[in-house]
This record gives sequence, C-alpha cells and structure tokens, in this order.
Amino acid sequence: MTETKLTCVAAMALAGLGTAASAQDATELRMMWYSDGIEGEIMADLLERFEAEHPGIDVVLDNVAYQVTQEQLPIQLASGQGPDIARVASNLKSDSEHWLDLRPYLSDEETAYWEENFGARFDWMRPDGSDAIPGFLTQLTLTGGFANATLFEQAGVELPGPDATWDDWIEASRAVAEDQGLPAAFAIDRSGHRISGPNASFGADYIAEDGSPAPVDAATLEFAGRLVSWAEDGTMLPDTWVSAAGTTYRDARESFVNAQVPFWYSGSWQVAFLSESIGDAFDWVAVGSPCGPEGCSGLAGGAGLVAVKYTDHPEEVATLMDWLAGEEIVREFSKRTLFLPAHAGIVEAGGLDFASEDPLVPPALDRFVEASGETLPLADALPAWEWAGIYYGALVARISQVMADEISMEQARELMDRDIADAVENASQ
Amino acid sequence: MAALPAKLGVVVTAPLVLLARAVDPPLRWWQRMAGQGGMAAVFLLPNLAIFGVFVLFPLALNFVYSTTAGTDILLQGRSFVGGAQYARLLECRDYLDPLTCREDTFWTAAANTLVFVVLQVTMMVVVSTITALILNREIRARGFFRAVFFFPVLLSPVVVGLIWRWILQRQGLLNLVMVSLGLEPEVWLNDRTYAFAATIGVSVWAHMGFYTLILLAGLQAIPKDLYEAAEMDGTRPARVFWRITLPLLGPNLAVVLVLALIRGVQIFDEVYVLTGGGPGTSTLYLTQYIYEVGFASVLRNPGLAAAASILMGLVLVVLTLCQLWLSRRGEAKGAK
Amino acid sequence: MRRVVSFLARRRGHGGRWHWTDAVTWLWLVGGTVLMFGPALWLVASSFKGPAQLAEFPPTLLPYEQIVVQVEGHDAPLPLYEVAGPHGTTRQLAEIRRIGTNAQMVDPTDPDTRLNVDIAARTPIREIGLALDNYVQPLVANDFLRFLWNSVFVTVMATLITLLTNSMAAFALSKYRFRGRDAVMLLIVATLMVPLSVILVPLYSVVNATGLLDSLWGVILPTVATPTGVFLLRQYMLTIPDELLEAARMDHASEWQIYWRIVLPLAAPALAVLAIFSVVWRWNDFLWPLIVLSRRETYTLQVGLNTYAGELNVQWHYILAMTVVTMIPVVLVFVFLQRFITTGIAGAGIK
Repeated sequence: MTETKLTCVAAMALAGLGTAASAQDATELRMMWYSDGIEGEIMADLLERFEAEHPGIDVVLDNVAYQVTQEQLPIQLASGQGPDIARVASNLKSDSEHWLDLRPYLSDEETAYWEENFGARFDWMRPDGSDAIPGFLTQLTLTGGFANATLFEQAGVELPGPDATWDDWIEASRAVAEDQGLPAAFAIDRSGHRISGPNASFGADYIAEDGSPAPVDAATLEFAGRLVSWAEDGTMLPDTWVSAAGTTYRDARESFVNAQVPFWYSGSWQVAFLSESIGDAFDWVAVGSPCGPEGCSGLAGGAGLVAVKYTDHPEEVATLMDWLAGEEIVREFSKRTLFLPAHAGIVEAGGLDFASEDPLVPPALDRFVEASGETLPLADALPAWEWAGIYYGALVARISQVMADEISMEQARELMDRDIADAVENASQ
Repeated sequence: MAALPAKLGVVVTAPLVLLARAVDPPLRWWQRMAGQGGMAAVFLLPNLAIFGVFVLFPLALNFVYSTTAGTDILLQGRSFVGGAQYARLLECRDYLDPLTCREDTFWTAAANTLVFVVLQVTMMVVVSTITALILNREIRARGFFRAVFFFPVLLSPVVVGLIWRWILQRQGLLNLVMVSLGLEPEVWLNDRTYAFAATIGVSVWAHMGFYTLILLAGLQAIPKDLYEAAEMDGTRPARVFWRITLPLLGPNLAVVLVLALIRGVQIFDEVYVLTGGGPGTSTLYLTQYIYEVGFASVLRNPGLAAAASILMGLVLVVLTLCQLWLSRRGEAKGAK
Repeated sequence: MRRVVSFLARRRGHGGRWHWTDAVTWLWLVGGTVLMFGPALWLVASSFKGPAQLAEFPPTLLPYEQIVVQVEGHDAPLPLYEVAGPHGTTRQLAEIRRIGTNAQMVDPTDPDTRLNVDIAARTPIREIGLALDNYVQPLVANDFLRFLWNSVFVTVMATLITLLTNSMAAFALSKYRFRGRDAVMLLIVATLMVPLSVILVPLYSVVNATGLLDSLWGVILPTVATPTGVFLLRQYMLTIPDELLEAARMDHASEWQIYWRIVLPLAAPALAVLAIFSVVWRWNDFLWPLIVLSRRETYTLQVGLNTYAGELNVQWHYILAMTVVTMIPVVLVFVFLQRFITTGIAGAGIK
C-alpha cells in the first residue's frame, strides 16, 4: 500500500469518528439511574415497554455509580445542566430547587392521582413551602437490623424479642460472637442516616424550634458514646467506620453476608441483595430497630425519581413520569425489586406478593412494614428537613474521629456543632 | 515483525503528514510577513491556547473562588467575602496542635502530609538508590530486572490502591501469609501506624521504578576509569561509594529528590482508594481534604477548598523553584 | 537441580569469589520481583473467584469452585460435600437443602435415602475453577465494547495532540530567541505540578462554559497541554545542534519544514517517551472523566468500571475482573516496549 493510499484511508477513518452519534427523530430523554441491585435491569425493561407504547419518545438509561448522583449530579445541576430525569437518594431535599414541577403538565385527574398516592412525601423533595410535584419515590426505605439466625442457633442464644433494647441486642450478639469465634458482634453502616433512628430512640432532637439545626444533644451523645465504646472493646466491627475519613459512606454488608457478625444495622433496601448473595448459606431475619428509652425507631428514607427543570422536553418528561408512577407499573417494579412501595394505594391494598422464591424474604419485608409504624416524630421529620444531610455528615466525620481515639467525645460535640454552624452559614451565603 | 509497527505508524501519522503538507504554504506566507519572531508565536499558539484555557484560566479562577463563599459551584451564585476563607484557614490558637485551629481538619491534613512527604521521600530516595546501585552491577538479565522494578509505574493509581487494599484487608493476602506462618491475622488498615506506613510503602512501590531509572542513568554516566583508578589505589569500596559515586550522582539525586517531593505533596488517588483517609483522619492528606471540601462532601465549601489549594500551591511553587535552582546548579557543575 | 543452583550462584566480575554484596544483590532482586509482580498476580487470581469465595477467610491462593452433582429425582445439580461420619470415616454427600444448623443430604449413589447432617460436620468439596462469569457478564451486558472504543479514542487523540502541540511549543522555546521566552518557560515550569484535583471546581466551570461536558473532547483537551511534555521535549531539543537548522535555512526550507522534517525526527526518542507516558496516563485517567462524562455512550473503561459501585452495593467480583481487563493494554505496552521505555527514559528524559 502506498503512503498516499494509507493517508486517505486514515483520513476517512478519522472523519468517521465524529459521526458515531447519529441524529434521531424521536425526542430523546436521558434518565440518570444508580442501582443497588437489579432495579436497573427492571427499569430498562419497563422503559422498553414505554417506548413501544410511545413511539415518539426515546428514553436512554444512563447507569451510573451512586457516587455520581451524590457528587457529580449536584454540580451539573448547579450549572443548569443534567439529565432530564434522575434517581436521587440523599440529595432529594438539598437539591430540590432544581426539580421540575410536573403540576402544569399533568391533567387534573392525574394531579389528583399523584396527590393521593405520593402526596405525603412531596415535602421530601421540594423546598419548604412549595406545592410542586417534583417526582415520586421509587422505593420507601426504613432502617433496621438484620440477624444471622443460624449463628444465634448454633451458639444456643435466643434471638431477642421485639421489645429488646440496644443493650439487649448487643449483649446477645456478643454471646454469639464469643461462642462462634467471630471477629465482632455487631456492625453498622458508616452513615449519619443510619445512626439517626437509634438516636431518636434515645430521645435525640436535631431540629430547633425555628427549623434550624439544634446543638448536638445529650441523647445523641448517649448513643454515639455507646458506638464508640463498642468499637473500642471490639464488640462492633471497626472496619466500616474507620475505613475512611470525613463523611464518606461505607456499608458493612460484606461482613454480615460472610457471617462475620451475627447482627447488623442497616435497612430494608438490603433485603433483595441479602436474599441473592446469602442464598442458602444461613438463615437471616429482619428484626426492626432495637429500642432505646424513648422508643424503637428506625428512620425512613427512599430513593426518588425526579424530573430536572433544565429539561428541553417537559411535556415528554411528564408523560414518562406519569406512566412510571402508574399503579400497575409501581406494583410490578416493587414486586420484582423487592422494594417497599411508596404508593399509598398499593400500601393500603396490602398483600403485595413479592417475586421471590426465597422463603426468608416475605417475613423480612413484613417486619419492615410493621416497624414503619414505630418511628418517632424526629425520624418522621428528618427526611423532609433541609439540614439533615449536613447534620448526618458532621456526626459521621466526628464520631469516627472519636473511635480512632483522636478526640474526646466532649471535643467531638463542640466540633460537630461548629461544623454544622459553618455549613449552615456557608449555605446561606 | 518490525514492518508491521512501521506500517501502523504510517497509518496513524498519515493524516498528520497530510495536514503538515497542507499548512506549509500559508505558514510560508506568514513567515515572509512576520519574520522569525512571528513563527515562534505560531509554534507556541496551539499549546498556549489550550494551556491558557484549561490550566492558567482555571488557576486564576481558583483565586477568585477563594474569595467567595456559598455552596454554589458557579461563580454567579456565590457571594464575595474577601480574605475570610484564608483567615478561617489560618486561625489557630496553637499552631503545633491542629485541634486548636478553626479548621482543624486542614491542619491535621497538612501535618499528615508533612510527615508523609518527609518519610516517603527519604524512603523513596534510599530504596531507589539501592535498586539503581544493584541494577548497575554486572548482573544477569539486567534488562528484565530493570523492567520488573518499573512495572508498577504503568499501573493507574486507582488500580494500585485497589491491589493493595485487596492485600491488606481482613481477608487479604497478607493475612493469609500471617496465618500460614502461625501468626495472628491483623486488620492492617484499621491501625493508625500500619495504615500510615501502608500509604508510604504503597506509594514507594508504585513510583520507585521511575526514580530508579533516573538514578541508573546517572550511575552509568560516571566514567569507569574513576573506579579503575580507585581500585588501583586499593581504596575501600565504602570510601569509593562516598567519595566517587555519591558526589557524581548528585545532580540526579537532586532531580529525584525534588520530583518525589512535589509528587509526594500531591498524593491522592492511591490513598483515597486504599484507606479513604482513615482510620480517623490519620491518612488524610491535603489533596483529599481539598477534593472533599470542594467537591465531594455534604459539608461542601468550594471557597474554602480553593483557598486551601492556593496555600498548598504556594508551597508547591517554592518547591518547583527549588528544583530549578538545584538543576541549574547541577548544570553549572556539569559544565565545569 | 544442581545445574540450576550453580547457574544462580554463578556470577560475573571478580572471578568466582563471593562477597556479601552478591548475597544482598540476589536477595534484593528476588525479593523485588516477588514484591513487584506478586500483588498484580494476586489481583488476577482474585478476579477469577466468585463473590462468595472472595469473602472467605483465610483466602485461597487459587480460585476454586464447588463441585456439583446431578442426583436422580432432583432437577438442579446439588452441591457435593464431604461429611465426617463416626469413627473418623468420611463420605461424600450431596446437599438438598439446609434448615437451620442441619442439612438435608443425600448419597448420590443412593438417591432415595435422605440423611440429616449437622452443618458443622460437612465441608464443601471444591476443585480449581475459574469464575469466568465475572468477565463474561459485564462484557456482554454493559456496553464494554463502546467503553473500550471511547477509551481508545481518548487515548489516541490526546496522545497525538499532546505530541503535536507540545513539540511545537518545545521547538519555539528551544530554538528561537524572542521577548517573553523566559516568562513563558517559567509559567510552564511553575504549573508543572498543579494536581488536577486541586483545580477541579474552576476547571469544571470552564469545561461547562465551553460546552464540552459529556463529550470526549472535554476529557481530551484539558489534559493535552501538559507542562511535563513541553519541559521534557524542550530539554531534549536543546541538544539538537543549531547548525543543522542553519544549513536547512540556507536551502530555503521554511521554518515549518525545519520543524517538521528536521527537528521532529531528531527528537524521536523523547517523543517516544512522551507518547508512551501519554498513552498510559490517558488510559488510566479516572477522576476527570468521571466528572465530565455522565452519559453512558461517552463512558471510558475506567468510568464504566465504576458503575459497579452502587450506594449500598459494591460488586467486587466484577470490579476486579474489569480492572484486569483495563490492565491488559498497559501490560502489553510493558511487555513489548519495556526495553524502549526503560532505556528511553534513562537516555532521553533526564539530561
């Protein structure tokens, strides 16, 4: 081949590079989606069906890491960019100014349906005082514990009953861990959200009268102090909490799935994954939240599917959102993902037969539904509270420093208050 | 075998060759119009344009950010606060105790970085000097061993962090070794000292190959007759090392020292994957602090991060000037 | 065996005399080889383990898989266990299901009798096996070919542009005298080591303002004007004698031709070093692409890899396997070009 010929071939190849994305007639919507389990595949399935019904709309599902929705998405939003629709978890409230109000694009009938079935949680994803319809929760979550029933049985320790306190649970788990030679008795995810249900059970209050963050109170320190002492005497698996600095999220699931701890405090969203990854290795049960002096509260939360107001196609976005929020679709999504639905009509009707052959799954989900009736007022208020993320962040960063023996609990309290005050001040500048 | 890469090379560069021929006539015209100085501008322009837009301008913008507050990423949503962020960073009751500072994490990170850099650079220089000395001996398969030590340089920092996390974690390789030796397994990254040592060890592991090559080049440039003369005189090997090898290796050692220093200050990806800054804040270094405060954390404050990065940048500029000065001195020495 | 020992013990230089430094050399080289290659090999071995085996402690060096057998009367194959009987005997049984601490088992040769066995008394029988699913699943399901293409595009384009613009600038800075040259040089050197993570926020707003978000060019352009490249090439070009350039000028070559036909070919060793580094850097880039690219058709391999990290769920078996995949080109570069790289850096890079 001569040099000129080669040159031509190469030039053509180069020219071809730019044309990879060809133009399309249908309106293209982008949905940013993170997955904890198989929900991405199920959403892809549903979207395919939607596209078949609506030939004019083409939906592209961008699967991303959770971290992207937490770190990169807010920056895109701040610069007026972003996908048309996004699945968001922890920033639902803090980024709520960027969500599209679907109200103008829904008919009266549709609006009524949304209000009735999702209305209770719109406040989680819209600025205080707004009446917008920004989206809906794809799943409702509740924090709670899981126990390895097989390990308990092998150790000959009774599973603590429904009214058992945190101390009861830790004592029982410790007995199991000692008997079975496990590295630790208990693990909890590295997250301020996770420890806030227990804090509420100990009587904590984060929210001052005027809605601003209150100083860290004695009840919060009470549970935090327990965590620290459990970490120090080896009762709590230290890996999760010390494996990062700052506000980074880490889960402790690996250690539970591998039967290294008999008791793990996390939440309802783990059920599908536990079923899949534990399989037949041992029996596990959901146990709700252990009790503190004030109650046995977990903390509700959820991932929301929200429309972004920078979209060029609000009509189509509303069509898609309304389709996905339809009762049949929500029912199917929840059944297949093993997520608790956040749809009032479905919850009321009850008896969602989850699509799992695993006999451990239905009782676990039932336990979470039951526990959702035991949440305390603080836990109910937190998901819709503007400053919750900041409060959680300060708790995690400083408590892990106490665990690492860098500061005392008293210092941590001052530093948490200062971190929170700084963040609030900076946010309002 | 050699023909194939050559052909491939032609394919890849062919469009460029075409381009080069095409731009010659207009450039000739420009050369007649503007002279040689004008041509210098043409050659500099593409690089400087990209450099200006994507490096210099963001740097300048960073300074503007450092004088603002708010959580917004875009400048128009931020309010001007002057030097408040700097004041907040620099406010300390006792500069020897980070906890007394207004921004205690910044000072903790700075102190960690300082200790890290000192230990890491020392170890880097010692290890790569020994390796270079050994590779400079008349050994079998020198090319192979040179490659062995260079191999990790090519791995991405994320992969490096991942590999070592996979070794040091609870179920890792190191614990397998411990157990098979009959020792107690240890959760290495949960321990402050081990975790800190691990960040040093891993960064030396990942980068020493590069510095070894620089030192090896220096060793091979030392004239052989010097050693022969020393052997004739019956000089002891240790004395030969201190009197001949080390002084003549000086310029290369200086380059290694400064490069390692600058890169040590910037350590980020490997450590972020390996320890995430923990346990506590014991392996939290400055770059991670800046990344988290500016970008990643819920307690986000881009203005503060910008101010911190400018303070760190000042230190880096001083270090770079040191490098220039040292290499100038090296050149002057070489010319003598 | 004896020959191997004598081969290893044989040494060049000072006759046959052994010196303590020889022992040190030998130890250092062998230890170094283990330490440098071992971790990467461990990663590769781990990438072939299934999720359950990854979590095991103590870990095994090699990947294993549980042996399953087909037993009459059961549709799915059953896992095989070795069960300790009384008097130290053992027998192989297949497990039907586990209830609490008891397992219902069956002898494959006698499918009709069910036995109850304490789970502590059984150990799984395993053989060495590769969990190829770790590789197949993501490659099939996750557009990995698209990601691969994007990575290749970014790497090739960025490297070509880097070589072109950096060498042009280096040529100007080394072969011309003009006002402000030292200032430009100082500027470049001063920014030599600004880490990307430090100017992330302003750089993001610049890329945003230029409309390059979600485009591969947004990944390529900010990385190509590397001060390191300009610095390295300039140092090398300084060693090209000016007489060559003067001679060409006498022959009425244009300045562009001088650069293109004389300086570039002569700077080939330094260009090669820069090219290799650029390829490795761009291929390995992670943080910046992660921030710029949020649409899946623009993902590079390193970003695609990251989608296996969910909020609550990091799928390590996929991440390890895909890490190995992304390492392959780098290892290939290493195997085929190592002599070139190592001598190139020593010879060209630092003068």
